[in-house]
Amino acid sequence: MSVKVSMKVNGKAVSGEVEERTLLVTFIRELLRLTGTHVGCDTAQCGACTVSMNGAAVKSCSMLAMQAEGADITTIEGVAAADGTLHPMQAAFKEHHGLQCGFCTPGMVMNAIDFAKKHPGASEHEVREALEGNLCRCTGYHNIVKAIMAGSKAMAGAK
Amino acid sequence: MSASLIGARVQRKEDYRFLTGAGQYTDDVILPHQSYAAFVRSPHAHATIKSIKTDKAKKAPGVLGVYTGEDAAAAKLGGLPCGWLITDVNGQPMKEPPHPVLAQGKVRYVGDQVAVVVAETAEQARDAAELVEVNYDVLPAVVDAAKATQKGAPALHEIAPDNTCYVWALGDKAAVDAAFAKAAHVTKLEFVNNRLIPNAIEPRAANGSYNRAEDGYTLYVANQNPHVERLLMTAFVMGLPEHKVRVVAPDVGGGFGSKIFLYPEDVVVTWASRQLGRPVKWTAERSESFLTDAHGRDHHTIAEMAMDKDGKFVGMRVHTTANLGAYLSTFASAVPTILYATLLSGQYTTPLIYCEVKAVFTNTAPVDALRGAGRPEATYVVERLVETAAREMKLDPTEIRRRNFVRQFPYQTAVALQYDTGNYEATLDAALKMADVAGFAKRKEEAAKRGKLRGLGYAAYIEACGIAPSAVAGSLGARAGLFEAGEIRVHPTGSVTVFTGSHSHGQGHETTFAQVVADRLGLSVENVDIVHGDTSKVLFGMGTYGSRSIAVGGTAIMKALDKIIDKGKKIAAHLMEASEGDVEYDKGIFKVSGTDKQKAFGEIAFAAYVPHNYPHDKLEPGLNENAFYDPSNFTFPAGSYVCEVEIDPDTGQTKIVNFTAVDDFGKIINPMIVEGQVHGGLTHGIGQALTEGCRYDPDSGQLVTGSFTDYCIPRADDVPSYQLDTRETPCTHNPLGVKGCGEAGAIGAPAAVMNAITDALWSMGVKDVPMPATAQTVWKAIQNASKKAA
Repeated sequence: MSVKVSMKVNGKAVSGEVEERTLLVTFIRELLRLTGTHVGCDTAQCGACTVSMNGAAVKSCSMLAMQAEGADITTIEGVAAADGTLHPMQAAFKEHHGLQCGFCTPGMVMNAIDFAKKHPGASEHEVREALEGNLCRCTGYHNIVKAIMAGSKAMAGAK
Repeated sequence: MSASLIGARVQRKEDYRFLTGAGQYTDDVILPHQSYAAFVRSPHAHATIKSIKTDKAKKAPGVLGVYTGEDAAAAKLGGLPCGWLITDVNGQPMKEPPHPVLAQGKVRYVGDQVAVVVAETAEQARDAAELVEVNYDVLPAVVDAAKATQKGAPALHEIAPDNTCYVWALGDKAAVDAAFAKAAHVTKLEFVNNRLIPNAIEPRAANGSYNRAEDGYTLYVANQNPHVERLLMTAFVMGLPEHKVRVVAPDVGGGFGSKIFLYPEDVVVTWASRQLGRPVKWTAERSESFLTDAHGRDHHTIAEMAMDKDGKFVGMRVHTTANLGAYLSTFASAVPTILYATLLSGQYTTPLIYCEVKAVFTNTAPVDALRGAGRPEATYVVERLVETAAREMKLDPTEIRRRNFVRQFPYQTAVALQYDTGNYEATLDAALKMADVAGFAKRKEEAAKRGKLRGLGYAAYIEACGIAPSAVAGSLGARAGLFEAGEIRVHPTGSVTVFTGSHSHGQGHETTFAQVVADRLGLSVENVDIVHGDTSKVLFGMGTYGSRSIAVGGTAIMKALDKIIDKGKKIAAHLMEASEGDVEYDKGIFKVSGTDKQKAFGEIAFAAYVPHNYPHDKLEPGLNENAFYDPSNFTFPAGSYVCEVEIDPDTGQTKIVNFTAVDDFGKIINPMIVEGQVHGGLTHGIGQALTEGCRYDPDSGQLVTGSFTDYCIPRADDVPSYQLDTRETPCTHNPLGVKGCGEAGAIGAPAAVMNAITDALWSMGVKDVPMPATAQTVWKAIQNASKKAA
């Protein structure tokens, strides 16, 4: 049973034939070949698949492509400026060594941007709580927390 | 370039691609005509296979092929080999049961692979896998190592009717027993070093393809050592010549040991790609990672330390039963022996040590190296004993350590290693200051007013890294060399590509190694690219594990650089019409000593590739050198950790309020990256101490902790921000003076945390608390203690 889905991804209108059961992450990775969005657990625990949908961070492994019909999606590939300049949150991750193997990183950055927009000036404790749904096995979170606090500040300053 | 790049906090070259989604991990590789595999796995811990029916699956939509153990046997696919032969106490080789890539008549753990289905899409493969009908005769299962050796326990393998792979020992038992007989005090502990599931966030993945034109294979695989993977797969399993197989480990999303090993799926997709004439990709679901990634630890240990009246260690005795799981994984046999017993001297001068290890098969996933691999288990034994001994003898835990520290180097331990250098007092002193141990009593008092229990715990760890001198490893049973290879390719315009046999899966080699090369050649790091992870590009490599990359891989690169500079001097001498002996080199400049004549590195490179004016009678054109480096000794990173916890006695909840780590990694190339490695290692170790515990149901053998909701790897709010510092005693036997830093945190942290928890509970009569010290576990320990007191 294939269905047609259409949505906007990173500013571009896209559409494709998918099965009804096709997950949003599968649509993004396999059909659009945007492989920066990762699958780490298939169960909405690890957050590696986090994308922005209509301005809010969502876990794309736990929703159907059909549920994103007509939505405005941003993946990690759409975060930096068109000339390649990193988004302040991406730049903060680099500066504070907030990534190692890079696998959880796209989800971390997508969640961090969403969090920073909604909670400017959050405390370390609040940042740690906000990361409840994003797992990292490399960094011990120490530098991710630092990066998010710095990135958050930079985003507020850039407004 | 004037400022040294050694010791500089250079931001990582690899970050841009990871931050913009441009990294390429194995599952991101989609080849033309890609097909997808799904594995049919055993739902039983132990069973004989009566029959397998594949007709329905074969007819399902999109299915290209279904293969079982029978097909693997007909194709003469061998079993997976074990890379380390342990010789038992009677001089007999360990028992090596077959480890088939698809089950042969029997399954031995939940998740054991029985059949594979290949289809046009991953969904179709999974759907069809559901249609494979396997008829099992379920057998009794055993998951606990101690129970597996009892009479009447179900036997997993014909070759080992008592489920024992080997009983191995190190040390002079009679001498150790005699020391215990004369001791003023003996401290004894019995504990389990809890079984862990690695859980790199990138699940394992493999994508095999066969190319008819080349009659060769390419395997993309999430792996830490592509050349080792290729060697094991070609020579031992598939009977293929190595030059016909290319193994690529592209970006790899964390390994922690679990991606060292050759896994059955890697072989099956590679073999199936030829049967079908299509690339075959398999990517683990997280539940498959839980079930089938090689697990870690799982020791049951009785440990004893004998002291004289002053708290000086006079002997140590350790008996360990190690769970190996259902099959021998690639380096499984070495972990609870060579990488464990040899570390039992710790930072101390303990003159007599005896360690006996019984390694046992059970109906659980194979157990192998996991971040630290043997050394966390050894450190836990030593440091829990030391701290407990201090409390029993009413000595300060730092004082008992000081009385026993090794102070003269080189130091030959009682367990075969020779420490080249170290300064254990220096890291301990720094840690005490940084952790404000002096102010602890006041903090404890303040916490008590709030009804909370505070505890302070130490761990003074040592590890053996830079694995390994091949001859030593070989004499101990290693079936491989443990050198490393590197190649420097200088381009005509002076930029450089470096090929290394080390593999980065988060460690930042593309930056650290570039710093080493750029510093030596007077280049910017942007002009040095590091290539790793592809057997068709890199000449050879033993890969990354055991914190060996900078010490062994980095040294191979240094040796290749020596050759580049030697050749450069010859070219420079010719160009400047000087004798070679008069040419001096420093950071990219060749100078004729005592003159103002000089040539830059770029000019020499250009001359080597445009050799118009060139000493053709003496030199070949070009500037490209490689080197292999086999270390002369292990390196010995060491450090002191201090953990402060606060426990809520009403709930048993433990909070780490402060964690201080002072490490000695020798020379440090990039402190930012090193700190990141320590943060990650500490969190892994804190996970073992507080949150992570793998459980199998004792009767059914089902994995109870098979998801992130049942098995808790630390979240951001489970761990603190860390206080780190370093002290430096450069390694004496490699040119960079480096020791390695990737595992230290995971090695030292568990003992520090558990020493802190038991410190908080000591006055209540709690001597030991099992890991993981979850709220429930700690609460129970408190309850039991109060019952006893009542």
